[in-house]
Amino acid sequence: MHSRRAGITDVVVIGAGHSGLAMSRVLGERGIQHIVLDRGQVANSWRTERWDSLRLLTPNWLTRLPGYAYQSDDPDGYMSSAQVVDFLAHYAQWAGAPIVSDTTVTRVTQDGAGYLVASTRGDWLCRAVVLATGACNQPCVPRIAQGVPVGVEQLHAQAYRNPEQLAPGRVLIVGGSATGLQLAREIQSSGRPVTLAVGEHVRMPRIYRGRDIQWWLLASGLLDRRIENEDDADRARRVPSPQLMGVRGVTLDLNLLRSEGVEIVGQLAGLRDGQAQFSGSLRNTCMLADLKQNRLLTAIDDWVERRGRSIGIAPAERYAPTAVDAPARLTLNLTAEVRTVLWATGYRPDYSWLHVPTVLDHRGELKHDRGIVAAPGLYVLGLPYLRRRKSSFIHGAEDDARELGAHLVEFLERRESVGRSGTLRRSGCEPALARHAPKHAQAKLQRQ
Amino acid sequence: MTMQTRTAENGVNVAALLGAREALSQAPEAARFKWRATNKWVKGTHSRATVEGFFGLGGEQSHRRPFEFDSDHPEIFAAEDNGATPVELVLVALAGCLTAGVASVAQKRNIQLNSVQASIEAPMDLQGILGIDPEVRNGFDRIKIHYEIDADASADEIAALVAQSQKRSAVFDVITNPTEVAVTTSKA
Repeated sequence: MHSRRAGITDVVVIGAGHSGLAMSRVLGERGIQHIVLDRGQVANSWRTERWDSLRLLTPNWLTRLPGYAYQSDDPDGYMSSAQVVDFLAHYAQWAGAPIVSDTTVTRVTQDGAGYLVASTRGDWLCRAVVLATGACNQPCVPRIAQGVPVGVEQLHAQAYRNPEQLAPGRVLIVGGSATGLQLAREIQSSGRPVTLAVGEHVRMPRIYRGRDIQWWLLASGLLDRRIENEDDADRARRVPSPQLMGVRGVTLDLNLLRSEGVEIVGQLAGLRDGQAQFSGSLRNTCMLADLKQNRLLTAIDDWVERRGRSIGIAPAERYAPTAVDAPARLTLNLTAEVRTVLWATGYRPDYSWLHVPTVLDHRGELKHDRGIVAAPGLYVLGLPYLRRRKSSFIHGAEDDARELGAHLVEFLERRESVGRSGTLRRSGCEPALARHAPKHAQAKLQRQ
Repeated sequence: MTMQTRTAENGVNVAALLGAREALSQAPEAARFKWRATNKWVKGTHSRATVEGFFGLGGEQSHRRPFEFDSDHPEIFAAEDNGATPVELVLVALAGCLTAGVASVAQKRNIQLNSVQASIEAPMDLQGILGIDPEVRNGFDRIKIHYEIDADASADEIAALVAQSQKRSAVFDVITNPTEVAVTTSKA
């Protein structure tokens, strides 16, 4: 078989997003030879798969990676996609991440004691692989989407950019997490009436007791909560993203959307003869979210109380329960009343290129213990609640990368001490691998 | 401060339920159940349903004994009223499911229940089933259930029990979401 050998290295990191860059930094600090492959440029999905108005859900002061933090004059703002791209590109340059861009990984297989990473630019042999391709590779669209009548346009949030892209007329948005609510607001305000179908969701105020909710989640330790302390790890990992938007002081919830004219209906349960059918459980899903929000706020209040210092902290607050139409709409004639169906129904990771036996379960999901995949030398990073609640956030990458990096280094050392595999030798990176010399941090972004 | 750890006694074997959950997550085939009932016409609008066997855990199972349910229409419909109307049995099923859920969730959360009372009401416009107005559906306009619960817990904790019970309820799902129904016929 024809082999296009591109190089030999200790570790191949797949994906130059925030997780891959954090891992690269950690490996670099430990002197581990590695490369970072990306199908595009640094932060590829932030460049190509985000809608125009998107802002991070976390404030700038919280946006940080190992050794590097936001240092500009808008700590309470929220980055746009372009600013995230800049942040990550500057970080990659500052950290001297050995990135090989425009290189799509086509296949990863075990090879002797290590791995063969095949790509559009040749094959790399390595001893360990870090999957940092994220959780948002393939748009999820429910199977019932096949029932959308011809003549009604449909698209997934991944392909959405702005309202002008949509035909005039009613839009049915399916999904009650941050994406669904943000797009509902923007599209409704463009003059296209929106019906929003929501299932279980997570409600949170943007500002609580005078501070950003993310400040409370961080300070009270909730973001550092570890997956092993959850009763049900699978369920904890499936919790949808909170209904937040990165606009100062704006609490994005169903009550706000309702007041702006968005029609709220239950989870999309069926599509039949051109009719969308919505679940009659809307009242309960809203009740669940209201109760959960109150539990979160109570946990924050208790934490404030325990610390005993409430100077400068605004008084505790509770918000109006989610209002639900009585009766809520149960069907909608798509053919007659809707021009576009917009799926804000999430993503799933794509491991179709990962040909390592026994690491995928019967649902095609990766089997791993907090990032340590069920094959020696294989790691995953940046999935929701991988190790901690903050695992998939930019600021959550550091702790996970440090812990998994330490595990990886120990793995390499163990391998080293039992003798080298015949196929793998320690050697320099191929000259073709672009290695950026560390540069001084940009004016905007300085070392912590 | 003295820490009191008291275990709630609601008569639900949570350990067994959690054990079953764990076992069935490992063996998805065993989790595939089939529920069954038979129904025999008696006379007029009166019929009698029987449930006894069901399929689950990879094999045929059965109740301790057969259970029978008469259904009929009330006398104001010129019937003999030998049993609850079928729509009332739907309400019975919904309440039975939700109350079982409340007890299970309470046990899991270590909340002692003292009393649980549910009342259900479901308005229906008979112009639907009588075919008077094609705009009126046959079924309920809506279903209202009120739970009155005495438990060693706060009002929010009690509301959360009932909310979680709905989230995990089979009958609630059957009623709130569409279900494909296939009715076939054969000549005896």
